[in-house]
Amino acid sequence: MDITGTSALVTGASRGLGRALAEALAARGAKVALVARELGPLAEVVAGIRARGGEAHAIAADVADKDAVHRIAGQAHGLVGELGLVIHNASTLGPVPLRLLLDTACEDLAAVLETNLVGPFRLTKALAGAMVLGGGGVVVHVSSDAAVEPYPRWGAYGIAKAAQDQLSRVLAAELAETGVRVLAIDPGEMDTAMHAAAMPEAERSGLQRPATVAAQILAMIADPVRAPSGARLVAPAWSAS
Amino acid sequence: MKMARTAAAPASTEPGASGGSLASLAAAEIDRHAVRLLVTGESAARIEPFAALPRLLRAGDLVVLNDAATLPGSLRGTTADGAPFELRLSGPIEDRRLAGVLLGAGDHHTRTERRPPPPLLAIGARVLLAGRGTAFAATVAVVRDRRVELDADTPDADLLWQALYAAGRPVQYAHRSALLPLDAVQTAYAARPWAAEMPSAGRALTWDILLALRRAGIGLARLTHAAGLSSTGDAALDAALPWPERYDIPAATAAVIATTRASGGRVIAIGTTVVRALEAARGAAGDGIATLRLDASTPPRVVDGLVSGLHVPGESHFDLLSAFASPARLRAALAVAAAAGLSAHELGDACLVWAGQTAVR
Repeated sequence: MDITGTSALVTGASRGLGRALAEALAARGAKVALVARELGPLAEVVAGIRARGGEAHAIAADVADKDAVHRIAGQAHGLVGELGLVIHNASTLGPVPLRLLLDTACEDLAAVLETNLVGPFRLTKALAGAMVLGGGGVVVHVSSDAAVEPYPRWGAYGIAKAAQDQLSRVLAAELAETGVRVLAIDPGEMDTAMHAAAMPEAERSGLQRPATVAAQILAMIADPVRAPSGARLVAPAWSAS
Repeated sequence: MKMARTAAAPASTEPGASGGSLASLAAAEIDRHAVRLLVTGESAARIEPFAALPRLLRAGDLVVLNDAATLPGSLRGTTADGAPFELRLSGPIEDRRLAGVLLGAGDHHTRTERRPPPPLLAIGARVLLAGRGTAFAATVAVVRDRRVELDADTPDADLLWQALYAAGRPVQYAHRSALLPLDAVQTAYAARPWAAEMPSAGRALTWDILLALRRAGIGLARLTHAAGLSSTGDAALDAALPWPERYDIPAATAAVIATTRASGGRVIAIGTTVVRALEAARGAAGDGIATLRLDASTPPRVVDGLVSGLHVPGESHFDLLSAFASPARLRAALAVAAAAGLSAHELGDACLVWAGQTAVR
């Protein structure tokens, strides 16, 4: 797809990878509608993009809130028109320090699933139909190697990301031939606030910068041959191939 | 959802040709997966499940949808003097400007025509618009009888949209006890929020049906039409409904309409708003304002079939259906619907009306 001139929605856009994706999309000429829970930090991202001549808009909402789904869809369509790209980036680790699964409260697992799985599902339900009728689009689920590897203490997060990977594959199968491409992308380890919260003792110097990963993800979005619908891709492996 | 006075048929409604009374049409909300479809064409009217739509059409036909999302267009307002009113948005939002109609104190539990008149607003007056525990201020910019335009006092458009979606609810209906949430009035393919009330003919179009249409070789195309209010509570204003409404027909939609017609396929409009847009534009692409009123004197030139809610004589939408089929044929079909217990609720059952003759080309 051509990113220039398209309209994109990015969740979790006030920091980390979401912010880097928003800035990279806007720098390439996309109009971006950005979602985050807190308006303050999000407004700073929007102001930065506008200062560099880009078009960005802020939507303060929690993707885990069922009542927020049609508000997000309505505000985004009202502000940037028809969407060509949706990136489900918002996610939560649950309580930190990370706990063993058997020490995890049921309510905490449910809350992680709401943000990392049910939220993206609801938002896609509200947005994908217009993409089908509009002739196509791309839906990206930001995944994690914790969706594949059984890392101790990453249970709640990993379960939600594994389920989101399958959500991505089933959506791709159901939307085959509609022009809507659905991807799951593992960004790899990045130097973000989430990484620091999960592993405060980790050495940060070897971690990827979010801006580097955002550029790789945009390259995947732009390449339907190497990144076909239903694919699960790993960003660091992409740059090497 | 432009079905003003349909909860109960007017008492003066004549019986249908086959003897059933149109007044016996039910007024119950129907689950969107359980909607039934009254089909009237050249043969006698019959009733099918809505999900039968793909086999009622042919490969090469084209289904045209209105992808306007429904606005959270009902806001509780208060003047600087504390006088209450309701603002109902009547169309799309431009920058920070809200266009709508004022209703008097009270809420949707009172039928609109029984509500007291709203307070008079002067240009420059400040009002507070509220709902769901939040509020924002606006300044009156234009006043025309009960129609007003207000400029939100939010610093930018982002914050107006945020405030509107936080405070607004979709327009509610007097005969529904529980509050209608925003998701109940969206189609499966809603895009830009232009509709004051739901373009409800598409409510039963689940993805199961939409994808079945595609598999059957039936095209899907969309336009955006700013479906307006069904009722204002003011007889003089209501008599002039529908008001001019904005539409936008994509170039791809105009192109596929042309190829469909050239190859002998039929164009099926999902909702009267689609008919209004396509007939106003004669099927051509672009942004425009539909001002025309369709009735028996204006046979459709672009649209061959219409899927709509059920409309009884006396409604402007019945007049629009008369552009497709004679009042006698419509009455006979509605009698079949009444006998089968179909619902003429805003969120009720539906009909497919084929034009009496091939659309005038």
